[in-house]
Amino acid sequence: MKTNIKTRLIVIFAVLAVCVVGIFGIPQGVSGTALKQSLLNRIHLGLDLKGGMHLILQVKVDEAISAETDTDVAGLQSDLQRNGITGAVVSKPDANRADFIQIAGVPAAHNDDVRSLLESSYSSRFDIAPGVGNTWTLTMKPTVEGEAKQRALDQALEVIQTRTNTLGVSEPIIEPYQLGSYQILVELPGVDDLGRVKDVIQSTARLEAHEVISDQPWTDRQTALQALGGYVPPDAELLQSVPGAAAEGSPGEWYELKKIPIWGGRDIRDAQPGHNPNTNEPEVDFYLTSAAGDKFAAWTGANIGKYMAIVLDNRVQEVAVIKGQIRDQGNISGGGITEQRVKDLSMLLRTGALPASIDFLQETTVGPSLGADSIHQGVVASIVGMLTVMAFMLIYYRGAGINADLALFLNLVILLGFMGYSGATLTLPGIAGVILTIGMGVDSNVLIFERIREELRAGKSPSASVDQGFAHAWTTIVDTHVTTIVSAAILFIFGTGPVKGFAVTLTFGLLANLFTAVFVSRVIFDANLSRKLHGEPISI
Amino acid sequence: MELFHDPKIDWLGKKWYFLGFSLIFSVAGLLSILFWHHLPLDVDFRGGTVVRVKFAAHPDADRIRAAIDKAGLRDARIQQPYGPAANNEVLITLSLSETSQSALDQGRVTIISALTQNYSGDAAPNQGKLDLDNVGAVALTSWLEQNDPEHLGNTPEAETRYQNQASAVLNYRDAQHSGIIDSMNDLRGVVDPAILNALEQNAWLSGFHFQGGEIVGAQVGKVLQHQAELATLYSLGGMLVYLWFRFELIYGVAAVVACFHDTIITVGAFSLANREISLTVIAAILTLIGYSMNDTIVVFDRIRENLRLSRREPLADLVNRSINQTLSRTVLTSGLTFLTVLSLFLFGGEVLRGFSFALVIGILIGTYSSIAVAAPMLVAYQDWRARRGRTASLPAAKKARV
Repeated sequence: MKTNIKTRLIVIFAVLAVCVVGIFGIPQGVSGTALKQSLLNRIHLGLDLKGGMHLILQVKVDEAISAETDTDVAGLQSDLQRNGITGAVVSKPDANRADFIQIAGVPAAHNDDVRSLLESSYSSRFDIAPGVGNTWTLTMKPTVEGEAKQRALDQALEVIQTRTNTLGVSEPIIEPYQLGSYQILVELPGVDDLGRVKDVIQSTARLEAHEVISDQPWTDRQTALQALGGYVPPDAELLQSVPGAAAEGSPGEWYELKKIPIWGGRDIRDAQPGHNPNTNEPEVDFYLTSAAGDKFAAWTGANIGKYMAIVLDNRVQEVAVIKGQIRDQGNISGGGITEQRVKDLSMLLRTGALPASIDFLQETTVGPSLGADSIHQGVVASIVGMLTVMAFMLIYYRGAGINADLALFLNLVILLGFMGYSGATLTLPGIAGVILTIGMGVDSNVLIFERIREELRAGKSPSASVDQGFAHAWTTIVDTHVTTIVSAAILFIFGTGPVKGFAVTLTFGLLANLFTAVFVSRVIFDANLSRKLHGEPISI
Repeated sequence: MELFHDPKIDWLGKKWYFLGFSLIFSVAGLLSILFWHHLPLDVDFRGGTVVRVKFAAHPDADRIRAAIDKAGLRDARIQQPYGPAANNEVLITLSLSETSQSALDQGRVTIISALTQNYSGDAAPNQGKLDLDNVGAVALTSWLEQNDPEHLGNTPEAETRYQNQASAVLNYRDAQHSGIIDSMNDLRGVVDPAILNALEQNAWLSGFHFQGGEIVGAQVGKVLQHQAELATLYSLGGMLVYLWFRFELIYGVAAVVACFHDTIITVGAFSLANREISLTVIAAILTLIGYSMNDTIVVFDRIRENLRLSRREPLADLVNRSINQTLSRTVLTSGLTFLTVLSLFLFGGEVLRGFSFALVIGILIGTYSSIAVAAPMLVAYQDWRARRGRTASLPAAKKARV
């Protein structure tokens, strides 16, 4: 019996040691601050305790589809012309259907030519069908569309990951959000500059050069539309400029630009912050790829005297007349642009444009002060709760109360050890879970002790009562723990971050409790009994 | 010390009182849900904007409202959490209609700029200066680098030095003073005199601190609602299956009915107290369903054990005896869990207030329901069977397996 107790005690101390290592790691020193530091290193704090941002983004994948079909429209138009089929107009008639292209006005003689052209070049990606009155329609195949959307999502994910790296966030989480379609979950611990983060993430950073169609700008969109006869031609678009785009001090005006850019997006090879050699103001210097550079040189050479607009994120940044051939260099400056903005913008251009724009669906911010407050309050509540329970157990169960208190303390140590080893995140509801574990954990002890008291009252000997107490209570303890753990499992599956943290600590706490309330308490009772004479009463 | 020395209370005899008590609270709750406060949902489910702000001095709700009205936000709701930990914190809520999809954070941005411009008495001359109550680490560091109060030039050492000084300020503000600096003088021991000088001259304290916020668009709100519903259904279903497995079906049904009773009263309590239901509150409710089930299981276990021992005792007496035998344990564990949850409610802070409120009510009602709802239901079922002419013994359930 004695050796049995000794073995079991060794097991308990071994578990205790393992868990302490789990909590603190190998501590640098034993001072208060050193221990606190190693504790913080091992236990992951959730966003609601550490502070930071949690975002859910919607990638507007339809825009990516739209961009692709725009290129297809331009390509189709030039293909038709090259094959001598004049008079046909390619367009996207429905603004809400990005995947639907229509060719109208095909002369009857060329119908077969059109069909063979479409089937040879476009049938892999589009479903082709003839329409009424010499029209043809192309609808993007669903599989192709799905793939394109997924590609846009993956690309957006990659771009955002690269961008948040430059923010210097440690342990960011950027992943697809399972509960939505084409949505991204972003968690940035420790970030407190909301405006800058959102700019960095949301900016599509699409830099393009467009040919300017209109002779002169208009003051607002209404006037522009009127001048164009009430609607914008399908191959053009109306964009507003930032102040100072045309010349120093010019207001924000509206220009009519050719929709398909001369170059844009992936044609940008590099972008660096720099300074204007004349005014020493900060500016962004960007460089095109050689292929784009060639195309640009050809275009500028053929269009001297015309106007060109540099467009960033659908706002005209600069309008200038083409004086000579430009190869592959340009800059963005003016408009009071700051050093910080120049640095950010260069980074955005370097990491690449987002394939589609981003909407924010949800944003949760926890400032570091709120996080610190929450930790403080949680810890105070835990300590008060624990002390109250411990005091009560001592008063009500006397000697056995010490037993329960030791088991409770060990329970918490094992719980924190689990947290340390598994790398699970501690959230504010998680701290509440710890507090709940204290209450529910001591439940098992009460169950056993009450049973022991009952058996003692019925006249059994102390050791028999202890035996009976543990035996009868075991079934109920398992039942109650399993039901609560099942509850916690469901919360883990359906809950968000903080709630998941609660489910995790509750489960760990209850599992630890199965060990401490039964095994450890039993060992303490047995050790106590072995030191007493047969029949001598125990303190309970 | 022993609270219950061999109690012999006739629980089932009091079942009409219990039924009355339960009915009053359930009906009051249901009426409130239907007609009075309805079901107050937190921004998680409802959508909209919530901004938490802490003030240096006791916040004047009228002044806050005036400041925000000036910025054009008419329908902001301003709540001051009450209770022992009021802490000068305010919750400003904007409804979903004022939260647009394309500019989700517009509301928050407007609120903060409105408070910056309009709340503090000395706001006007200080516009454009660095607000030390609200600045972040990166912004403060670059402000220090730009102003260079210690004339260190543009070296990496200067950058590190200013970074450390900025961290010192923010550590003082956030970790030790909940985000508010009462006066610039307080920073005297925290930063170097040159930097303190620069701050005193070129920065100001707006008297409020943006602690955090939550902005939820309509889409996400609906998805979370759906998740919460699924979780509740699966929980209850899982419980029923588990109990059916361990006991007989009637035990399972009685326990689930008790849980429904608990849920209705708890949710009704939220409606009556006009407290908002968030995702963490749903988590609390699911937990207390588990807890109530626990409690009911303890009583059922004892009933089952007694049934096996004595077949001749009238069921009502046996159930009474079972409850009395487990009374000590039931009251004690509920009491202890209640104490811990009460500690959470009182000291756990505002963010967990709804969660702990649900648990406080839930634990009390959960204990009550095992005695007052589940047990009488068992007896009622058996009486019903007896009246239909069947043998009057409750199915003793399968032998307990471990």
